[in-house]
Amino acid sequence: MKHLLAIDDLTADDIHRLLELTDHMVEISGRPIPKVPALRGKNVVSLFFEDSTRTRTSFDTAAKRLSADTMNFTVSSSSVSKGESLRDTIETIAAMGVDAFVVRHRSSGAPQMITRWTNASIINAGDGWHQHPTQALLDCYTIRMGLNRRDGFDGLHVAIVGDIRHSRVARSNVQAFAALGARVTLVAPPTLLPPSLEGWPVEVSHDLDSLLPDLDVLYLLRVQRERMDDALLPSLHEYSLLYGLTDARAARLPPHALVMHPGPMNRGVEMVADPGELPGSVILNQVTNGVAVRMAVLFWLLGSGGDLSEAP
Amino acid sequence: MTFNGTVTRLVIRGGTLLDQAGERVGDVAIEDGRIAAIDDSIGDVQGDTVLDARGCKVSPGFVDLHVHLREPGKEEAETIETGSRAAALGGFTAIVAMPNTDPAHDAVSVIEFVRAQGSKAALCEVLPSGCITVGRAGTQLAPFAELAAAGVHLFTDDGNGVQDPQLMRSALDYAGPLGIVLAQHCEVSALTKGAVMHEGACCSRLGLPGWPAIAEELMLMRDIELVRLTGVSMHFLHLSTARSVQMVRAAKAEGLPITAEATPHHFTLTDEQLSGYDPVFKVTPPLRTRADIDAIKAGLADGTIDAIATDHAPHAPHTKEVPLDEAPPGMLGLETALALSISELDMPLAEIVAALSWKPAAIAGVADRHGRPIAVGEPANLTVFDPSHAWTVVPAQLASKSRNTPYAGRQVHGKVRHTILNGVAVVVNATATR
Repeated sequence: MKHLLAIDDLTADDIHRLLELTDHMVEISGRPIPKVPALRGKNVVSLFFEDSTRTRTSFDTAAKRLSADTMNFTVSSSSVSKGESLRDTIETIAAMGVDAFVVRHRSSGAPQMITRWTNASIINAGDGWHQHPTQALLDCYTIRMGLNRRDGFDGLHVAIVGDIRHSRVARSNVQAFAALGARVTLVAPPTLLPPSLEGWPVEVSHDLDSLLPDLDVLYLLRVQRERMDDALLPSLHEYSLLYGLTDARAARLPPHALVMHPGPMNRGVEMVADPGELPGSVILNQVTNGVAVRMAVLFWLLGSGGDLSEAP
Repeated sequence: MTFNGTVTRLVIRGGTLLDQAGERVGDVAIEDGRIAAIDDSIGDVQGDTVLDARGCKVSPGFVDLHVHLREPGKEEAETIETGSRAAALGGFTAIVAMPNTDPAHDAVSVIEFVRAQGSKAALCEVLPSGCITVGRAGTQLAPFAELAAAGVHLFTDDGNGVQDPQLMRSALDYAGPLGIVLAQHCEVSALTKGAVMHEGACCSRLGLPGWPAIAEELMLMRDIELVRLTGVSMHFLHLSTARSVQMVRAAKAEGLPITAEATPHHFTLTDEQLSGYDPVFKVTPPLRTRADIDAIKAGLADGTIDAIATDHAPHAPHTKEVPLDEAPPGMLGLETALALSISELDMPLAEIVAALSWKPAAIAGVADRHGRPIAVGEPANLTVFDPSHAWTVVPAQLASKSRNTPYAGRQVHGKVRHTILNGVAVVVNATATR
């Protein structure tokens, strides 16, 4: 495989293999000197057209643990406003010699477009409302470890709650969770669901409370203030009343259930309870696992092509 | 006249004439810009220029109600000359130039400039449209009477729909006695904020903001009611949805004075084309679904939709080499319209030609000189095309200055061989002569 653009580029088998590779990377990360020479001489460029310190840092750490060289480009304004096309930007940086671009862009599809203009591998670090595949993989890894489900998610019930419509995390996680066998329920007011769910392997509910006792994973998404300007929500307060995770709601979850969030959290909106006091919260594990998963992805694309016997 | 004073004739030999009267075999001789003779076989006279039309139909020239020529303002994408050449190669003898240039077509000076550039290129007749509102800003009526006196017949804010219902009502009332036609780009802009493609299953999967069918249909519905109220006729640009076709059909059945057009891309391509995020498929209104395509085809077949118009919208390559949401909407159309119509529409050829020629000629107000029956004494604006000629669309071979055709590599059939403008062969053997 050359690029990682979307979860549906991967088979269930691919996802399992990446998660197994992640186990190796977790082991490396636990060493006194968490660094191996697997990608020595490879040049990994982070190209962020939208600010995201945590994702960029996570990829940067992952690349460095594999001894790759890293460069960071932050392009704050859109390429158009500077009069340079995206193609010009890519071709210019690629001319410096690049093995992989880690791309974050506010526009859906930008990473896929970029594949036309460079021979480097493209790793999608989040594009518009479309996909955030490494987030989905790190979430799968977190569930796999948190619920001890190495063989897949058959029988697990995951609810993804919040602004599904505008969420790249939701689009990639639905595909990944379903590929591994989980039953996925989307929970949101109708205005925050996509216009059509044709072909999505999901159920839909507008009633979080009735679902809670049945869930193995409660996955909360960030809800943004600007949704009120588009008349999609009356107020964040009303959203919180219906869908926010309060202590009372958390108490109705089964004891083993995990609470997850891709961050950054909107405290007091979707996360009313203190996540530090929720026994099921694995939100910081998600962040930790993010580095190992990104190491696995970089090694998969730039290293030995996913051959685990070659894993560092 | 040649240098020695004899009259040069143009003879179109061996074709089948196809016009409002149907089909018949015949040669056509043209002199002084008009059809001088029609006969089973016209013999050679020394000095004649003979155009081979064997295997071809000879029809009245095509008229495109919807062309973006980009000049003035965006000459890197197209000029009036390059767009006119693309039009001539596509068989069009007259094209309506859309007003969304910079400056826009809201002043006589701009109208005269566009027409003069068209005359200079002399590849087809360029008919400047006028704006409905000043600067297409939707707040103040453009000077209809002054622009009409300068020869403008079709008025539109194309690219923008007229949002304000009071202003649209007033525009119709004011236009009534002037005998002009107002053409609407149907789009309620509050419903299409940031929209990139058709709202449906595909945009939901791709994570792209949707342009819902209702945004077109609501404005169409409003305007049909305004036509009913005012009694003033309207034309509807690039209709794209099944419900739009249904509304126009019902309104026409009631006898309301409306006309409508559809583009080849709206009867050939669906929103699934956007799956690769290629901005060449971004267009307004967006590519829709198979059901919409079927409805547009049915609307063309039963005459609900009067005209095939291209919405030829050139964009310089670099402007399409950006993410979908940053790319401008629009695609080329002039050089592929005939082939796509013949290849994709299940309609008699005569009805396809009607939708490309005399029906739009009437809407554009040029029925006195374009889309005329092929008869002695008529102005010689003619298109000679081979309906079965198979070819492949190659962007680099197009005459347009831009390359944004969505049909690269597509195999089609139907090709213009010769185009005659005012008696002059501006395209001979699929090559522009100027």
